[in-house]
Formats: sequence, structure tokens, C-alpha cells
Amino acid sequence: MNGLVLFSRRIWPQLLTLAVIVGLISVMFPGFFDISIANGRLYGSPIDILNRGAPVALLAIGMTLVIATRGIDLSVGAVMAICGAVSAWGITEGYGLFPTLAMALSAGLACGLWNGVLVALLGIQPIVATLILMVAGRGIAQLITEGAILTFNHEGLIFFGSGSVWAIPTPVIIGVLTGAIVTLIVRRSALGMLIEAIGINLRASTLAGVNTRVLLIAVYMTSGFCAALAGIIAAADIRGADANNAGLWLELDAILAVVVGGTSLLGGRFSLIASLIGALIIQAVNTGILLSGFPPEFNLIIKAVIILIILVLQSPTMRTVLVFFSSDKAAGIDSEKQKETVAP
Amino acid sequence: MPQSEASQPLLRARGVRKVFPGTVALDGVDFSLRAGEVHALLGENGAGKSTLIKCLTGAYRRDDGDILLNGEIIDPKGTIDAQGYGIGTVYQEVNLLPNLTVAENLSLGHQPTRFGMISTRAMNARAREVLSQYGLDIDVGRSLSSYSVAVQQVIAIARAVTLSGKVLILDEPTASLDSHEVEMLFDVIRSLKQRGLGIVFISHFLDQIFTISDRITVLRNGRLVGTEATRDIDRVALVNMMLGRELEQEVRSHGKTHAGPGEARLAFTGFGRKGRIEPFDLTIQAGEVVGVAGLLGSGRTETAEVLFGVAAHDSGEARRGDGTVLRLTSPREAIAAGFGFCPEDRKTDGVIADLTVRENIALALQARIGWMRRIPDREQKAMANDYIRKLDIRTPDAEKPVGLLSGGNQQKVMLARWLVTNPSFLILDEPTRGIDVGAHAEIIRLIEELCAQGMSLLVISSELDELVAYSHRVLVVRDRRHVAELSGGEITTDNMVRAIAAPEKEAVA
Repeated sequence: MNGLVLFSRRIWPQLLTLAVIVGLISVMFPGFFDISIANGRLYGSPIDILNRGAPVALLAIGMTLVIATRGIDLSVGAVMAICGAVSAWGITEGYGLFPTLAMALSAGLACGLWNGVLVALLGIQPIVATLILMVAGRGIAQLITEGAILTFNHEGLIFFGSGSVWAIPTPVIIGVLTGAIVTLIVRRSALGMLIEAIGINLRASTLAGVNTRVLLIAVYMTSGFCAALAGIIAAADIRGADANNAGLWLELDAILAVVVGGTSLLGGRFSLIASLIGALIIQAVNTGILLSGFPPEFNLIIKAVIILIILVLQSPTMRTVLVFFSSDKAAGIDSEKQKETVAP
Repeated sequence: MPQSEASQPLLRARGVRKVFPGTVALDGVDFSLRAGEVHALLGENGAGKSTLIKCLTGAYRRDDGDILLNGEIIDPKGTIDAQGYGIGTVYQEVNLLPNLTVAENLSLGHQPTRFGMISTRAMNARAREVLSQYGLDIDVGRSLSSYSVAVQQVIAIARAVTLSGKVLILDEPTASLDSHEVEMLFDVIRSLKQRGLGIVFISHFLDQIFTISDRITVLRNGRLVGTEATRDIDRVALVNMMLGRELEQEVRSHGKTHAGPGEARLAFTGFGRKGRIEPFDLTIQAGEVVGVAGLLGSGRTETAEVLFGVAAHDSGEARRGDGTVLRLTSPREAIAAGFGFCPEDRKTDGVIADLTVRENIALALQARIGWMRRIPDREQKAMANDYIRKLDIRTPDAEKPVGLLSGGNQQKVMLARWLVTNPSFLILDEPTRGIDVGAHAEIIRLIEELCAQGMSLLVISSELDELVAYSHRVLVVRDRRHVAELSGGEITTDNMVRAIAAPEKEAVA
């Protein structure tokens, strides 16, 4: 029970932020909550947010674990491109659906292994180590697609982008399932604690006998795997692999989702659920801007401003300021209370 | 030097006190520095050397006491302020900017300008002139990082002297220099001494201190042990001031000679690692406490790290009592062999500050079991509460982040982390450093209890009294070698001090 209270306290600010943004959108765009079923699939703006947010949410799952170890993975966007290219290539070469998926996922794991080896065995700073693949990855993807946009028409593969199960879009299902499975694995086993221990103090963890190298590599491989899933979805969605644009800048959205989710870039304590909500917040902002009918050239700036507001409200400085102004200063020491005050 | 004999001190600290949460880092320390002298400041880790320096330069706010410069009370607010008063500091790790040129580093913040632009020519000329006083004739236009640490050190000194000019504080300047470079640095120090600067010299190399210093001040546990003229004191007396008991020594015949030759639990032969610790032989019996005595940097921590696989050994082998060979090339292997290790620096190597007391206690056991089989919360909690009670860890509950506990309680959490793994051999590196008196006594009692239960312990301590109290045998380490082994009645602080100090004499026993 106590754990449940702590848990809800942890994701309170993110849920509230999401609610406020959804509320704002629905004020500006009254038809927001209209949901319909057509061709056995749900349609509507909320569904669209979930569906469009799935790739970033997937990336955010892996990114959360990487960031919890005090690392960062800049390569996930490029890994999406590689894995999208592999799946398009596999399917057009006629390898069949499951071998193709296996190849794409293996490519993601291999990319993660590369990053993990650079970070854990060679001791290269994560931001530099993953920058290598971020730059080289799109080149690799172009080699696979031979410089063109590799299109395909395989219904089985397309299902992962625009299909649905029980009226729910496939990307949403993949995102939710991955989130649930990873959360279960990490929290039911001791992985979560060991990952946090590594992020807080790598040397002390090694001295306590934690197998830090293997865990670091595993975490980067998880991130690669999640990026592969996102890459397959992105390719299936447009029925083709675009080496230049698939997953472009999504690594930044994923990092942002983790940060909005309240996991510190300095590593340590993390919450996967909060990161997933963070990804939804970002997608809600994206969709909201489109729906509200602002000229598209304002989109990026409005998004930046909204994110800035969220982060400023979450910042420790702002918290102390708000505590100062809040009426019950004595009770304001409780940091969770402050977060509640902060979020709106 | 002669002219400084009667004159008033250049820099003086009077009754300086500094309290950190949980510990008194400096307790009413007096210190005086004369113009034209090199004054060595000595003490073990945690004795208060750096705290004193930081109080003198204003990097820390002192809680009590005065600082006088030429007889006038000053109150530096920080290192830059201290520079204004004429007090400059050079740290072990040169804190200049490696990618700027030598000249830029020397004049940073005070560049000569011409019409608002930095005049490189004037800057370089000035830098050359300054460095020539130090016997350095180098290309000042090259980046600092292209020169050796020794040269960088001299440049750092030159900068500090140019900016301040009365007092120079050198915090372990020789730690990463070879003997030739040390000589060069000493020449610089001697010439500065002749120019009338007061120089505070911190080092843990006794040879260097006897070579360069005029007076020596020894701190211990935040208290002043004494100040002596270098020519009036010998190595034994000095080590005694640092580690030993100031009072007359009672020769302790202690009843701890092992009840007969117990069975050997672990035998290390020719165990060592190049550059860390010379190969040594060591046999440890069940229920035995082996103490390790030596000065800072003598190889005592290195001994522990080689045994625990932190720095894998490159010679020798380890066997169990039954003759099976042990692989000990990583902490994981050492832990699998039933070892535990509480490192000297709890903050960086020991506790995981943001994790709770419960998680910290469970960590080593969980790491050994593997990540797949998570120790259920209920068991973790029971384990933690058990040790919170047994070791009297002062925490509101097991869910408190361990970083919020005091040093002594963090140390107990570290002990608990290993005790839950039920080790057969526990290595403790300075288990009582920086913790308050009460916790101190409890940890000593705990060491005795564990050993009575049949655990083997290797305890490194700079508190020689402590080693006398609980050790069955004591290894003495000097210059990265095991130089003596004392057992039974031979274990006295006097004998240890003699073995630590003696530069030529080998084993004392």
C-alpha cells in the first residue's frame, strides 16, 4: 500500500501536466474528445496522440534505463532508420515477415551492443560514444536502402504501422506491451535497483560486486531493441524506409520525454511510467498545436515554449520559489507537496 | 632563515574550529608561519590538513578562531579574496587551463591590454620574465598541456606568487612527480624562501619533509599534536606524533596470541601488483584479525585492493586452507570466494548515497545472487531492520537514503552490507576514520565480536592504538612493501612506529 502511495506521488506532476495540456487543447478545439470507430479501428484525436506518440514512447523506455545509468543514447533516431531500412529490405527481398522482423530487431540489438561496448568496456563517455552511431547510422541505413526510399507493400509488415487489434492501433499496443514488460522485468527482478546503483555510483557498485559492465551493455541493448521496434513502426507506417528522415530528431524527443518524466540526467532513480507519460505530453503538445490551427511555421517555437514552461515549473529553483510564496511555509518542506503546487 | 627567528609570524591561525555535520574537522588548531620558512603540515587523511588550508584561504567559513596576517586579523571570504591578502595556493592537481598557452595561464584575469585588446607580445614577454626567475626557459606561446606536470606545477606556483606574493600554500605538490622533478621543485621552493615568502608544504613523503622543511606541524583527528623544528626531531618521533600515542607507552602483553596454530583459511604467496604493492606472502587463519599499519601512500590500501581484486594482482597466487586455488582478479570473484571489503573512502567507493539503507544493505548480496532472483522486499526489510538493530544504525527507518546518515552510521551500513553476505574474510580499510567517538568504540567491539565468531579480518588503520587492541598480528607496510610482521607481545605502538619510520632497518621484531 505504501508503495502505491509513493508511486502515485511520483507520477502526480506528469499526470497533472498531461491533463492540463489535454484540457487546453479541448478548450481550443472542442471536437477533441470525439472518438469514432471505422473499419474496426478507433479514430479520434486522443487515439491519434497515443498512436503518433508510440515511437517516442518506445524510445523513451530504453532511454530511461540508459539515463538511469548516468548515460545517454543519442543514436536511437539513427538506429530507427537502420532497423526500418533492414525491415524494408528484408521484406522486399522476400525473406518473409518473421525472419524480417527478427533481422530488424537483431540489428537494433547489435547497435545497442556497439554502444554498450564503447561505453562499458572502452570507457568512452556515453554522449560521444552514441554520437558515433548517430552520425554513422543514417549512412548505414542509406547503404541498406541503396540511397533510395525503399517502399514495400507487404500487408503483414504494414500491420505494425497502421493495423489494429480489437480496434486499438498496433503501435499503441506495442508501446503499452513493451512498457509493461520492461517495467515488470526491471521492477520484479533486481535489475531496477542495480541500474539505479550504477547510475548513482559506478565505482561503489563495482566494489559491491555488481556486474556493472554486463548491465551497462544490457541497458544500451535494450535501448537499441526499443529503437528497432520504433523503427519498424515508423517504416510500416509510411510503407517504406526513408534513411534520411525516419526517426529524425526523435532521440531529442525521447530524452525530453525522460526529463519531463522527472528522471534526472545525472542518473539514479527512474520511473518508466513517468517517462511514458512524458512522451504522451510531448505528443499531445505536437497534436494540439496542429489541431488548434496555428500557422505551421509556429509549431516548433510553440512546442519549445511549452516544454520550457514545463521544465521551469519542475526545476528545483522554481520549487523553492513556490515554497517561499506558498501560505504554509512550514509544511512546504515536503517536496511532494511542492510538486503538486507546481504542476498547474 | 636566521632573520625570521624572533620576528612575529607572517600568517597565524588562532584556535581555528570547523564543524561538519557529524564530525569536528578542526578543533581549536593553532598554526603559525614565519616569513622565509618552509613549514610542513603533516597528518593522515582526515587529520584536518586540507580543512585548515581551506579555512586559511577562506574556501571554508570557519566556525571559530582568528586568522592573522602580519599581526592583523583578516577574514578572507574566498580564495580570490585570500589572493588579495597575499595568500596563494597550489593544489596537487594543477588547476590551470591546459589548452591555453603558458603565458595566458600566467596572466589570466590580468592580461596586459592595448586599446582594449590583449597584447600577446607584452603578455609573452612578461611571462618569460616571470618564469626566468624560476629557472624556466620555455616557449611561453605553447599550450600548458604540452609541458610535464612538474613544469606545470612550477607555472602554477609562479602564477600564485605573482598574484599573491606573501604566503604560498603547496598542497601535495610532489605527489605525481619523479625524484628529479621533485629536486627541481625544491630548488624553486628554496629560492622563494630566500625571497622571504612563507611557504606551507603539505606532503606525506617523510623524506621530502626532512629535506625541505624548517618546521613541522602535525595534526591528528582535527587536533594540533604539535609543532617542532625539523632539525630537532627524528623520523620515529615524527611518526609517533602522527600515529602513535603521545603518552608513555605501556607494553601491552595481550591475551590475543592465537589459541595454538589455528588452521590457515587463506594463503597468499608472492601476491602483488607492479606499481601498487610488491609481492608479499600472507596467511590468514580463521578467527584472526590481521592489522595493517603504515603511512598514507605506503601501500596499505593497495594491499587491500590487490587482495579484493580491485586492482588485479599480476604475480603470485591465493589458495584456500584446503589447497584449492582462488581466482581473485575482480571484486566479483573475490566476493564469490567469500570476501568482503569496506573501502577507505565511504563516499566515493562505499555507499550508494541516493539508495535507501535497505537497498544499500541488500546490494552486495543481491549482486552475488544475480539480478534474476530478486530478494523479496519483505526479506530485504527484515534483513535491514535486523542489522539496524544489531549494529545500532541511527536512522528513522530502513527507507531513508543512506547519504543522509552520519559517517559512523554509513560505515555501519557498509558493514551490514557485507555481513549479510556472510563472508569468511572481511577487509576493512580505515573503518573508524571520520566517525564520532561513540560509533568508533562500537565498531571496534564489532570487529572483536566478528573475529570471536570465526571470521577472518584484515583491518587497515592509522590509529595504532586500535590495532594494538584487536590485532593478533600486524603487518607493517612502507614504500609499497610489507616490511615487518609483529605478533603477540611484539604488537605495541612503539614497535609499529619504529618499523614504519626506519628507513634502512628491516623487520623490527
